[in-house]
Amino acid sequence: MNLKKLSMHPDLDCFAPASDAEKEYMVQMRPSSTFFKDGLKRLMKNKVAVVSFIIIVIITLSSIILPMFWPYRYDQMLGVTPGRPVNASYNNLAPFEYGEKELERMEKGETIFPHIFGTDAQGRDYFIRVVYGARISLSVGFFASLIVLVIGLTVGSIAGYCGGKVDIVIMRIVDIIYSLPDMLMIILLSTVMKEALTPVIEGTVLAKLGVNMISLFIVFGLLYWVSMSRQIRGQILSLREQEYVLAAQATGAQGKWIIMKHLLPNCISVVVISTALQIPSAIFTESYLSFLGLGVNAPMPSLGSLASDALNGMNSYPYRLVIPAIVISLIVLSLNLFGDGLRDAFDPKLNG
Amino acid sequence: MNSKTMMYVLKRILLALLTVWVVITITFFVSRAVPGGPFTGEKAISAAAQAALEAKYGLDKPVMEQYVTYLSDIVTKLDFGPSLKQRGQNVNDIIARGLSVSVKLGLSAACIAAACGIVMGAVAALKRNSVLDRSIMVFSTACVSMPSFIMGSFLLLIFSLKLGLFPANGTTADGLILPVITLSLSPMANITRLTRSSMLDVLGQDYIRTAKAKGVSGMKIVFKHALKNALIPVITYIGPMLAYIVTGSLVVEKIFAVNGIGRAFVGSITDRDYPLIMGTTIVLACLIVVMNLLSDILYKVVDPRINLE
Repeated sequence: MNLKKLSMHPDLDCFAPASDAEKEYMVQMRPSSTFFKDGLKRLMKNKVAVVSFIIIVIITLSSIILPMFWPYRYDQMLGVTPGRPVNASYNNLAPFEYGEKELERMEKGETIFPHIFGTDAQGRDYFIRVVYGARISLSVGFFASLIVLVIGLTVGSIAGYCGGKVDIVIMRIVDIIYSLPDMLMIILLSTVMKEALTPVIEGTVLAKLGVNMISLFIVFGLLYWVSMSRQIRGQILSLREQEYVLAAQATGAQGKWIIMKHLLPNCISVVVISTALQIPSAIFTESYLSFLGLGVNAPMPSLGSLASDALNGMNSYPYRLVIPAIVISLIVLSLNLFGDGLRDAFDPKLNG
Repeated sequence: MNSKTMMYVLKRILLALLTVWVVITITFFVSRAVPGGPFTGEKAISAAAQAALEAKYGLDKPVMEQYVTYLSDIVTKLDFGPSLKQRGQNVNDIIARGLSVSVKLGLSAACIAAACGIVMGAVAALKRNSVLDRSIMVFSTACVSMPSFIMGSFLLLIFSLKLGLFPANGTTADGLILPVITLSLSPMANITRLTRSSMLDVLGQDYIRTAKAKGVSGMKIVFKHALKNALIPVITYIGPMLAYIVTGSLVVEKIFAVNGIGRAFVGSITDRDYPLIMGTTIVLACLIVVMNLLSDILYKVVDPRINLE
C-alpha cells in the first residue's frame, strides 16, 4: 500500500517545472482559421451541397466548352444546302440516326459525328441545342442575379447607412414593388419592352443578344432588387447595434476597423447567399417566359423554349421534352441545394 | 381587436390600395409606351381609317385624359373597355368567361394542395426521421424544384398520351383533373414543408409535454393541441400560393388547352390586344394583392402574439 497517499506532506514532484515535452503538449498547434476557411470546411462536410456544386460545374463547363468543337451549330439546319431543295431526311431524326447524305458518306468509309439526341423538326442537331439552351439559361441566371446584386446592394446599404427620411422613402418604394405581382409585371413589361426596344438597339452589339433577353434583364433589374436590398438593409441595421460592435468601440476600435472586420464580413455572407439563391429563381423565370414564347428570340434555344417546342410533337418524340426538362430541373435543384448549403455553412445564425 | 391591430389592418389596406393603383398606372402607361399604337403592323390601313379607329377607341385624346377616363371607368363601373382584336367583345366579358373556368381550376387546386399538404406535413412531423418522413420530404423537394410547365407536360405525356387515363384536352370536366393536379403539386409540397417544420416546433413546446404528463390521449394532443397551433404559419402561405396558382395557370392552361383566363391572357399577348392585356393583368394583380392582404390580416388576428411591426 502506498502510504504516501495518506500523507499530508505535499508531493514536491507536482510542483516541478514543466519538461519540454509537457510544454509541447500545451501548445495549440491548430493554425488560426478565418471566417471563410471555417465556412468552407462546413460546406465541404455537406455532401449534398458538394454534389450539387459538382453538377453545376459540369453543366456549366460543358455548356461553355462543347459548342467550341461540336461539328454542328445550334441554328444549322442540316438538310438545307444553299441552292438545293431542302433535304427532309434530316428532319426529326431519332437519336443516333443519320440523314441521306450522311449515310452515303458513311458507306464510303467516312465517320460522321452522331446526332446523340437526334434532330428537331427543322433538322437541327438536338444535342447542341440543349447544350446551348443550358448555356443561355445559365448566363441569364448569372447576369440577372448580378444586376439584382448591384442594385440591391447599393440601395440597401444607402437605406441602412443613412437611416432617417431616406430610409423611410426607400422602404416605402420597396414595399410597393414587393407587393406587386412579379410574374404578371414581368410578362407585361417584357411584352411591351420588346416592341419599344427593337428600333433602339437595331445595329448595335446588343441586337445580337436579342431584344427579349435584354428586356428580361431590365425587368429583373427593376423588380427583383427589392428583396435583396431589404435583406442588406436589415443586416446593416442589426449589425450596427450588435454587442460586439459596441465592445469593439469600447476597446477603442476605429470606425474603419469596425466596418472592415465586423460589418462587411457579416454582410458578405448574406449577399453571397441571396445572390446564389437568386440564380435559380432567375433561370426559373426565364424558362417560364420562354415557355410562354416571351423569352429568348428564335432560333436561339433556351431550355424553356425547347420544352415548349417539344409540346407539339410530344406523342412521337417524348424525349425532346424529357431532355430539356431534366436539364432544367437538375440545374434549378442543384443550384437551390448548393445555395442552401452555402447558407448553412456561412450563416450559422440562420441554422435553426 | 385592439387599436394596434386596427392600425396595422388600416395600414395594410392602404398599402394594398396603393399597390392596385400602381399596377393600374404601370399597365396603362407601359401599354401606351408601345411605339406605333395598336393599329399599326396589322394590315396597311389608310390614314383616315386609322384616325377613325383611334377616335372610336378614344386614342386621339391626350394621354393624361385617356388615363383619367380609364381609371374612372375601372373605379366606378369596373369597365375595361372593348377588346381591340376580338371585335364586338368587351374585355369584361372575356375576363368573366375565363375566370369562371379558372376559378374552378384554381380553387380545386388550392383545396387539394391544402388538404394533402397539411396531412403529409403532419404525418412527416409525427413520424420524424422514419422512411415515411424521408420519402415525403424527397417527394416535396422534387415537386418544389420542378417548374409547373415541366410538371404539366410530364403529366400530360404519361397519363393522357401514354396511359390514356385522362383526356389531353381540358375543355371537358374530367379534362380538368390533370390541370388541377399539376397546379396543386408545388403548393402542396410547400405546405407540406411548412406544416412539418411548424409541427416539429410545436411538438417540442412545454404545453405538449404538460398535456402528455396529464395523460391526454395521443390523438387529442395531435389534433387539439399541436395541429391547431402548427397551422398558423400555414396561413401566411395563402397569398403566395394564390400568386403561384395564378401564374402557374398561364402555362397549365396553355398545355392542357383549358379555356380559362390564363389562356386568354397569353393569347392577348401574342395578339397584342392591349386592352385585354391591361384588363387581365389588373384583374389578376388585384386578386393576388387582395389575397395577400387577407392572409396577412388573418395571420395577425389568429395569433395575437405576433409582432405587428
